Amino acid sequence: MAQEHRMTGAQAIVASLEAEGVEYVFGYPGGNVLGIYDALYDSSIQHVLVRHEQAAVHAADGYARSSGRPGIVLVTSGPGATNTVTGIATAFMDSIPLVVITGQVETGIIGTDAFQEADITGITLPITKHSYLVKDVRDLPRVIKEAFYIATTGRPGPVLIDVPCDVQAATFDFWYPLTVNLPSYKPTLRGNKRQITAAAALIARAKRPVLYVGGGIIASDASGELMELAESMSIPVAVTLMGKGCFPAEHQLYLGMPGMHGGIHVNMALEQADLLIAVGVRFADRVAGKLADLARSTKVIHIDIDPAEIGKNQEVDVPIVGDARGILAGLIEELRKMGAQPHCQDWLQQLAVWQREHAIPCAHRGDAIDPAAFMCDLARMLQQRDDDFIICTEVGQHQMWAAQKLPINRPRAFITSGGLGTMGFGLPAAMGAQIANPESKLLCISGDGSLQMNIQEMATIRSLGLPLKVIVLDNAALGMVRQFQELFYQQRYSATLFDESPDFVAIARAYGWAAACISTPSQIRAALEWLLSYDGPALLTVRIPQDALVLPMVPTGATVDDVIIARPEHDGREAEL
Amino acid sequence: MSDLHTLSLLVENKPGVLTRVTSLIARRGYNIASLAVDRVEDPTLSRVTIVVEADATPTEQIIKQLHKLVDVHKIYRLDDEDSVSRELALFKVAVTPDQRPEIISITNVYRARVLDISPDSMIIEATGNGNKLDTMEGLLREYGIKEIVRTGKVALSRGLRD
Ligand SMILES: Cc1ncc(C[n+]2csc(CCOP(=O)(O)OP(=O)(O)O)c2C)c(N)n1
Ligand SMILES: [Mg+2]
Repeated sequence: MAQEHRMTGAQAIVASLEAEGVEYVFGYPGGNVLGIYDALYDSSIQHVLVRHEQAAVHAADGYARSSGRPGIVLVTSGPGATNTVTGIATAFMDSIPLVVITGQVETGIIGTDAFQEADITGITLPITKHSYLVKDVRDLPRVIKEAFYIATTGRPGPVLIDVPCDVQAATFDFWYPLTVNLPSYKPTLRGNKRQITAAAALIARAKRPVLYVGGGIIASDASGELMELAESMSIPVAVTLMGKGCFPAEHQLYLGMPGMHGGIHVNMALEQADLLIAVGVRFADRVAGKLADLARSTKVIHIDIDPAEIGKNQEVDVPIVGDARGILAGLIEELRKMGAQPHCQDWLQQLAVWQREHAIPCAHRGDAIDPAAFMCDLARMLQQRDDDFIICTEVGQHQMWAAQKLPINRPRAFITSGGLGTMGFGLPAAMGAQIANPESKLLCISGDGSLQMNIQEMATIRSLGLPLKVIVLDNAALGMVRQFQELFYQQRYSATLFDESPDFVAIARAYGWAAACISTPSQIRAALEWLLSYDGPALLTVRIPQDALVLPMVPTGATVDDVIIARPEHDGREAEL
Repeated sequence: MSDLHTLSLLVENKPGVLTRVTSLIARRGYNIASLAVDRVEDPTLSRVTIVVEADATPTEQIIKQLHKLVDVHKIYRLDDEDSVSRELALFKVAVTPDQRPEIISITNVYRARVLDISPDSMIIEATGNGNKLDTMEGLLREYGIKEIVRTGKVALSRGLRD
């Protein structure tokens, strides 16, 4: 047993975080966390004072996604707590480990609608992996230990701890437990041997296999095993938005991204495969569309740590519950014992043909910057530099252009809100990622709409001296929604077009950032050179046409046969492209 | 309509646990037909017996999701063959004094009990499975049921497991 020390609940919280090895806490103070803030004053833990609690959660999330360590948030009761909701939901949807500590009003007045009281454990019930309302100071160390354990094991996720202010003030003999005792929480890690053998047999026989992999590979740190499996059997790899980087984009077996805005050849591959080896993916509607109509003959192996994901959206032939890394290693071993040899040359050639035939060329249109072509320019420049890049995105068209065109070659180097699609996520998440990775170059790809959802964090970034870079693709529009209106609502642009954008350059400068704006293709190269080598926070506004589309696009609920590859002819208007 | 499935859960006996269970089922879009909760042999645990309205596949999904709740220890899916179940109902029936013998004979046939007799009404207690209570309810309705309360189903599996 560790040594006991007499201390307050607030001090115990900080001591527990220290015992967990926490280096950064993202937060915002208030009346019901004064004690904890006071204890932090003496701690080695660094506190990042954001400008809005939502951003604290996104920053902790970006910290977690880019480092693999849990992100920690500290906010006050009431409005401080409710401001975290979007951030918590974002992390929950993408299975990101967070520990969120909220202050609460005194135990005795809970339930009386006291000043700054909000039932935050109730509000966040459906968006947390677990939560606690601590009513006895002696429970604090155990609760914090459990919270870290639950957040980071199995399928990771956010855990919330609500601490009334009298519990923070109460004193007790503190010692931090070394282990947890949670009889009802035992995630399955090891895959079932018999299922692994069955899966290996399917892989050994498959003529048209596809590895369909996602965020689970990153969470389980299984990129090495994925690579070994893909290479040993020459299996092409389709990587979801959440999985980007878990298999290098420069690898010859890399197929691309499936889904609504994924490569046509990738979606065709998923549909025509005779075997899908799905690892750490959830057959999300944005990816799988109507995959339910998969050819009857397609066999599906589904590997996931969460048994509830298996069979939820897709019927499966061989389910394997457990940690992807160990299961992939087991598959490799099993295939080796079988003496299985790669035999998919015809399939790989077929895929290469499809890729060539269905490539959508992108080029700037005259004097206007084409956003997809801009991303290709950026990709080329990033490849020329040997910096270690982390790309963060907001949500919208710019996110999809980035996902389509920027090659990501290592895990944790592409950070985006996939499941919830939260505008306002990117800038604070980039801040958290930069804090976790001071040596990396952080690039946040943003839109004029999204940036304004957490723009105040430019102040935090400036005051921390973080050298992160923001590229705003400014179409003076909520472009992604405008695109849906153009294609599916008869060009009735209800509430998606702005008359004009604010002067982002002036705003950035007011926050103490360097900033520039470009609007023609000829300016791109120099502007990016400047941005990428600038020492300090800098923003580049890139003016793009309001009507640019993200293509290809498989409409909601349709199949790859219905894919849109060019602007359709609208009434009285010629098709372009 | 979807089928009814009986789930028996052993959960932590703590505030908020029942909310976690029921809100999860509601959030996934399923209706709870009945619910019964009480403490069990071990005072730190409670048993929740839930009847959900869902098809077979969604029920599997509900069970898997419930398993993920940290406060849920065990979940048993009980079907009629390998479990016994009971429900208790109290019926308050409007009856004139000369109708009382008829009610008493219905009560006897269904092995129910008369709990209370007032000048203008009687309260009957009945236990059994849902069907039996439904039929009894139908018969008593002829006289005029003023109030009903039913506990919801409780069930246990037959024999010993794990
Ligand atoms: C918080 C939030 N509100 C609304 C939406 C719906 N939405 C999705 S994309 C989008 C437009 C985003 O605009 P912008 O950031 O300018 O990106 P663009 O699509 O123009 O590149 C909107 C409103 C969302 N995803 N998140
Ligand atoms: Mg925009």
